[in-house]
Amino acid sequence: MSIQQALPLSGVAPERTGSYRTDHLLVADMVQPDSRVLDVGCGDGELLELLESRGIDGRGIELSREGVNHCVARGLAVVQGDADTDLVNYPDDAFDYVILSQTLQATRQPRVVLENLLRIGHRAIVSFPNFGFWKMRLQLLIGGQMPRTENLPATWYDTSNIHFCTIKDFVQLCDEINVKMERAVALDLYGRPVPLNLPWWVWNMFGEQGVFLLSRGGQGK
Amino acid sequence: MSNVRPIPSPSTPYDDRAQEVDHPSSLVAKFGMDQPLRLDCGVDLAPFQIAYQTYGELNADRSNAILICHALTGDQHVNNVHPLTAKPGWWDTMVGAGKPLDPEKYFIICSNVMGGCMGSTGPASINPVTGKAWGLEFPVITIPDMVRAQAMLIDRLGIATLFCVVGGSMGGMQVLQWTAAYPERVFSALPIACATRHSAQNIAFHELGRQAVMADPDWRGGRYVDEDTHPHRGLAVARMAAHITYLSDAALHRKFGRRMQDRDLPTFSFDADFQVESYLRYQGSSFVERFDANSYLYLTRAMDYFDIAADHNGVLAKAFAGIKTRFCVVSFTSDWLFPTSESRALVHALNASSARVSFAEIETDRGHDAFLLDVPEFFDISRAFLQAAGKARGLANGGSQS
Repeated sequence: MSIQQALPLSGVAPERTGSYRTDHLLVADMVQPDSRVLDVGCGDGELLELLESRGIDGRGIELSREGVNHCVARGLAVVQGDADTDLVNYPDDAFDYVILSQTLQATRQPRVVLENLLRIGHRAIVSFPNFGFWKMRLQLLIGGQMPRTENLPATWYDTSNIHFCTIKDFVQLCDEINVKMERAVALDLYGRPVPLNLPWWVWNMFGEQGVFLLSRGGQGK
Repeated sequence: MSNVRPIPSPSTPYDDRAQEVDHPSSLVAKFGMDQPLRLDCGVDLAPFQIAYQTYGELNADRSNAILICHALTGDQHVNNVHPLTAKPGWWDTMVGAGKPLDPEKYFIICSNVMGGCMGSTGPASINPVTGKAWGLEFPVITIPDMVRAQAMLIDRLGIATLFCVVGGSMGGMQVLQWTAAYPERVFSALPIACATRHSAQNIAFHELGRQAVMADPDWRGGRYVDEDTHPHRGLAVARMAAHITYLSDAALHRKFGRRMQDRDLPTFSFDADFQVESYLRYQGSSFVERFDANSYLYLTRAMDYFDIAADHNGVLAKAFAGIKTRFCVVSFTSDWLFPTSESRALVHALNASSARVSFAEIETDRGHDAFLLDVPEFFDISRAFLQAAGKARGLANGGSQS
């Protein structure tokens, strides 16, 4: 089953579906129509544009000036800023969803960032590369070197990814800070969802990245 | 000390400057006794006039009008030769064919602010009651007063909604005041290198400038026109001090370093040995050719009083509650007069109001003045913002590449 079949997105022309990144399509599918979304680390605005094409009111934060320029040229509302330092300035409950796509591992304080996401938004959507992916494990186990993949080609000394984690690690953090997982999807190397009925350790082994829809847990634990 | 040269008197004949004050070589909108300008200080100012320039054509929908708000010592001559200095327009870098603000696409308006000295009513204008220059009898003007006057001009031009209001520094303050006071009349806003309030440090610099003007014996309590004098030395010192705040340490060092002016050795005097001194004196003496000393007092005061949050119970976000205007806020890394932190505070407030805001900090070592200079990154983002806004506004060629 291809990802396109898995994600028939309303409002996205079928011939365009293929031009979007699969994790973006997955994220877009998690967002209810007519909602307000903040995309933290929005890059060149591809995901935001996809969301706005579906009638969602989107805002972005992006660290790089080139990224901001691209976004502004696309007519998107994007603020130059840093997830680590600027999220504190957003008021509580300002958005329906706050998205952190492939950025968590590059923050200095992932736990604080995650807490802020769910303070600003009623829900958070977080995707990140899974360091428990079998190829990663194999490179470390057999090769004895820090793993590098097609999606994460940087060497250890020049990578901006300073806080890698596995899907299992992330689930544990969500538990610790009382965050509820409403939906979890692991995508394999080809961007296909790992079947739902398989146990966690399979996800942690065969998921190249994880995409999570999160909400605030109940009071206390 | 015999070789110390004082700042020279203005070489522009006084009559030329006086001509521009009351009968400017610009378009003029006159408002009679029946249309007073209600000022924040409680005075109804009438009659009064607004001098302005326009570039390009208003389209049939009246939807392509851009208002440029000028900075403290700017004027309406954005994109044409200045009538007093014969220099090119002050924003030729930003305005013109193929530039971000292109008169081929937009109908561009710029008016001289109230309290100015290039044709809009100000302290140098003739008070119709006395037949003499207003001087310090002119009521104190605020940024909201300037914007109220501009709105009357826009009404007269038959424009309901401006496509964009744009400006830097004091011009940026007017942009923000426009969006706070008339949100439904501003489709998009481009406030540059500005703040929602004047900081204590900036008020302090302004006070320094005003004291320099008032300490000049030729100021004569503001009645220098009647007494046929001109406080050009005080005004020049004010300009020199202010000019330093518009630059940066890095920019001054790059431009001048410790290089000497037309000499190899120090003269062991207080003459302008260093190039940077000579440059500042030139800035001071050329400024007094075109600017009125009392106007300088009034306009610096207007900036000092500016504080949007104070007008909304101290909560900045309330000023922009529910606003539909699209914002693009721009700051410059080396600007220490209106540092990026001020722009960020504005952006946070706009975010808290759910406004549609973009923000970019442009990397440059040229200080506050960067918005007037050739900074390609700044033009890129301005152009991108206007083109995207033009598309949203339905302007026929707003989204096209130039």
